[in-house]
Amino acid sequence: MLLAFDTATPLVTAALHDGEDVVAERTSTQPMKHGEQLAPLIEALLHDRGLVRQDLTAIAVGVGPGPFTGLRVGLVTARTLALALELPVYGVCTLDVLAIEAVDTGAVHEDFVVATDARRKEVYLASYDADGARLVGPDVLKPADAATAAPVVGEGALLYPEAFPHAVGPARPSAGWLARVVAEERAELLDPEPLYLRRPDAVVNAARKQVLADDPSRGPAR
Amino acid sequence: MSDAPLVLGIETSCDETGVGIVRGHTLLADAVASSVDEHARFGGVVPEVASRAHLEAMVPTIERACETAGVALRDVDAIAVTSGPGLAGALLVGVASAKALALGLGKPLYGVNHLAAHVAVDQLEHGPLPEPCLAMLVSGGHSSLLRVEDVTTGVEPLGATIDDAAGEAFDKVARLLGLPFPGGPHIDRAAASGNSVAIDFPRGLTGRRDMERHRFDFSFSGLKTAVARWVETQQRAGATIDVHDVAASFQEAVCDVLTRKAIDAATSQGIEDILIGGGVAANSRLRAMAEERAAAQGIRVRVPRPGLCTDNGAMVAALGAELVQRGRAPSALDLPADSSQPITTVVA
Ligand SMILES: [Zn+2]
Repeated sequence: MLLAFDTATPLVTAALHDGEDVVAERTSTQPMKHGEQLAPLIEALLHDRGLVRQDLTAIAVGVGPGPFTGLRVGLVTARTLALALELPVYGVCTLDVLAIEAVDTGAVHEDFVVATDARRKEVYLASYDADGARLVGPDVLKPADAATAAPVVGEGALLYPEAFPHAVGPARPSAGWLARVVAEERAELLDPEPLYLRRPDAVVNAARKQVLADDPSRGPAR
Repeated sequence: MSDAPLVLGIETSCDETGVGIVRGHTLLADAVASSVDEHARFGGVVPEVASRAHLEAMVPTIERACETAGVALRDVDAIAVTSGPGLAGALLVGVASAKALALGLGKPLYGVNHLAAHVAVDQLEHGPLPEPCLAMLVSGGHSSLLRVEDVTTGVEPLGATIDDAAGEAFDKVARLLGLPFPGGPHIDRAAASGNSVAIDFPRGLTGRRDMERHRFDFSFSGLKTAVARWVETQQRAGATIDVHDVAASFQEAVCDVLTRKAIDAATSQGIEDILIGGGVAANSRLRAMAEERAAAQGIRVRVPRPGLCTDNGAMVAALGAELVQRGRAPSALDLPADSSQPITTVVA
């Protein structure tokens, strides 16, 4: 039994796949709060099917790109759960999952783009051929710099219609499709490493107050 | 002791990824991975850098702890994790990992208070805590005086810093003096050959009026500003600054206030045991001064060895083991990471 989950968007999605097809799927109810919702969601999924943790045989996780905090919850959960249960863990680019769903559900029939919300008025974006094979990306871009008349899958198209007028297919990734992608090896299987695509903001912990005497430009005493 | 609970503790509230394993009061492993070097050039901890480092270090650190302890994960009886206070994004990595262990191993999860864990860690070195005891926790993130009746339930805050933490003052003064981050050990070393009465730096919140409202509170912001002004004045006058004297005089001022207030708090509460914890407890002058002054009042001082004073997983495991032994209820799987978890909430 394959357990799949993705935390690269505001909602947590988790699913079970028995080797034939998806047998259970759940999505969190509250946006954000990945850390609070993921573990109970996994527990509920197992309970739905009357399964125990020992029934799991592999773990699949969306590696983003996506907002960092949620992304890390998914990745550290996948890695640690795999350690505890001695299971293999497979990472998949979250944009690839949207692409495969769009192809398999007939939403696209030509080259297309997947764009998700990267916040800060930017999108995470990758382009695909008609079979859902990734051609370019993923990258983080301003919508205007990536504007296209091609079909665009994902929330990015809904957020920036002026740049992406041709919105099609699913808005957010589903763990059910993530599970199918892994079970059928429809996309590149990656190590469970986060696709951050951005460097960390080098802002020192704001909780620690700064005072006049701290101006580093003043230089140290000799 | 073999029926004492085997507990794995995870700590990620700041820049150290700590995983400790204890059996009751016996320390079996204390694995720590630090991202401090990555923060050094910023002169403070960068939350996003710390969070990324926690994710990378988590599984290897768990594996290293198990290897050192000579135990398999499936043998662990319970998982404990710091749920707060601390950096939100950093805490979250530890909490999510602890939940995955609890879920994957089918064992109870305890989301614990970081400060209470700093208190509980001393049991690994000096045995059961005296009840009650007065705990002074001093580090880069906290400066608190606590009355501890039972570390699993009753931690009562008596006082805390109203501005900077003690360790933060060390970091900032070190920076002023051109010493590396983190400042504590460097100030300690520089002060060793300095004159501690060379400069009379202010003792925050010890004046008569302050003592009415802030008897057990601390303030280090004024001290740090005073050091900055002193250094600046000397520089303007073209005088050479003796880093050793400044470090020694600054350190003396911090330790004087800390020990004075801790002993005052203990005496006023009728408590005969003081426990000092947190990274600043590794400071040699603080240890010496506390022991000397406490002895004069007939008060005993307990300080864990430096490696247990700084943030680590062993302290979380130690508190976890105490919670299991005292039959406290575990946390739910929807446990949040709470960056401002109050000290009165020992288990979230
Ligand atoms: Zn601490």
